[in-house]
Amino acid sequence: MQKSMSIEDNRDIIRMRRKKKVRSVITGYLFVLPSFLGFAVFMLIPIIYGFYLSLTNYNGLEKCDFVGLRNYITMFSDDYFRVSLKNNIVYMVVTVPLTIIFALFLAVVINQGIKGAGVFKAMIFFPQVCSYVAVGIVWGIIFSENGLINSFLRSLGAQNVPIWLQSSKWALWAIMLVAIWKQTGYFMIMLLAGLQGIPRHLYEAAEMDGAGVFAKFFKITLPMLSSTMFMVMVLAIIGSFQVYDLIAIMTGGGPGTATNVLVFRIYQEGFKNSHFGYASAIAYFLFLVVMILTIIQFKLQNKWVTE
Amino acid sequence: MVKKIKKRVSRAVIFVVVLAVAVIMAIPFAWMLSSSFKYNTEIFSYPIKWIPEAFRWENYITVWTQIPFPTYFFNSLKLSVVVTAGQLLVCSLAAYSFSKLHYPGRDKLFLVYLGTMMVPWQAIMIPQFMVVRKLGLYNTHWSLILINLFSAFGVFVLRQFMLGIPEELSEAARIDGCSEIRTYAEIIMPLCRPGLATLTVFTFNYMWNDYLAPMIYLDNDKLKTIQIGLASFRTMYKTEYGLLMAGSVCALLPILIIFCIAQKYLVEGVAHSGLKG
Repeated sequence: MQKSMSIEDNRDIIRMRRKKKVRSVITGYLFVLPSFLGFAVFMLIPIIYGFYLSLTNYNGLEKCDFVGLRNYITMFSDDYFRVSLKNNIVYMVVTVPLTIIFALFLAVVINQGIKGAGVFKAMIFFPQVCSYVAVGIVWGIIFSENGLINSFLRSLGAQNVPIWLQSSKWALWAIMLVAIWKQTGYFMIMLLAGLQGIPRHLYEAAEMDGAGVFAKFFKITLPMLSSTMFMVMVLAIIGSFQVYDLIAIMTGGGPGTATNVLVFRIYQEGFKNSHFGYASAIAYFLFLVVMILTIIQFKLQNKWVTE
Repeated sequence: MVKKIKKRVSRAVIFVVVLAVAVIMAIPFAWMLSSSFKYNTEIFSYPIKWIPEAFRWENYITVWTQIPFPTYFFNSLKLSVVVTAGQLLVCSLAAYSFSKLHYPGRDKLFLVYLGTMMVPWQAIMIPQFMVVRKLGLYNTHWSLILINLFSAFGVFVLRQFMLGIPEELSEAARIDGCSEIRTYAEIIMPLCRPGLATLTVFTFNYMWNDYLAPMIYLDNDKLKTIQIGLASFRTMYKTEYGLLMAGSVCALLPILIIFCIAQKYLVEGVAHSGLKG
């Protein structure tokens, strides 16, 4: 009698537990559901659909045909695409290291605990939160023929100053300068957070051993900061391939093709020329580049980061 | 003694260097503000007169009356507020599930969210446009609301914050027979306030500044946002520099106000995203 009761009890408990478990699974998914529905429709489906589009010659009107990898092959003999890729690479190679070095310098210096650090941080960070449109308009005028930059250069005695944004030689450089100006604060804040994680006693110990400023920077700061540095690099590189707004406002991709970049190509081919299939192929190429760079970075990170 | 003096001198040098950098970086803003009160001819005079001889408020009046600036302004405000509020709700529900509830498949699902954060938006803007057009939402504000509402980034940020709230709190509530939705609303959400503030500032800032998406999705002038308004204003008044500067100042003002009030949360958000990646 007693035994059977305990079995009954056990069964009840098991049933209750199962019910509870089923319920907790349902609650779990219910909480995610609103987010996931939209996420699936506006993110996951486009990701898959974009790949399919890139294999077709869809141009918005006629029925589209499956063309296999032809778009991807066409891409590499398309001068517009090639020059855009080249510009993107120049942009990355120039802006990423310069921004990071500049940001690191400011972070290290501000981290010394100078007076007014909060105000300086805010001033340097502010360009980051401004819109590319407003910033692009202002800098566009600063870089104009008689703008601030040229007036300044002339006052230094320079002759034959370029009309920056109308010169195919200088336009990209002007844009890169603005990009560095805008993004430095963002990476500085990240690096500052990393710096604050370095234990003070390491520096104190090094000072006791008579280490100088540079020894401390290269032997303590840089190694201890390596994981933040990698994160910053990943974000900077990914960001450099997404540049568009600033270029659209400042030069519209010109003069000629001097400031065309990949996102500019995607926009032009897709929304201006209605070559949706071809534009999707460039978009997928962009996606692939970003993904490969991210994976390489993470592989390198495992190898070199010393934390 | 010598050491102390040395330290003080190096401090002073550092201070001057940082001051110089900060001032140089602020020059474009100072110049924009001062030019917004000037005639075209005054703007390019050199050396620069930082304080205009006579303040030309007309530039601002022209901006607000000659073009539909108030409409653009209001549209941007509406989109920013709606998307921010929506994200706070939708993303926090998902974040609660990913951080406080335990069920099979949870971490795999979260990994999908994380994975898509790596996809640049520009890489999917064409297929996303097709989907939105199929749904009949092209040239409506709904298009911009829906494509921005379900942000993986928002879920990620809030989940990070919620993971920092001790497990015991939600566990205790559960034992007391508190329903999950009440635990979420009455215990976790109030504790998550800094996280919610961070997401609010980020999303509002992003929506206010967004240029490419509104340009793709909005055709009707009545629906356009401040950034496309400003850009088309530039095409119309290419050489009216004073007006352009006044327009830019107006477009930046809300961001400046938010920056002054909630800078802490912006900085915190940036620092977090860098450390936890």
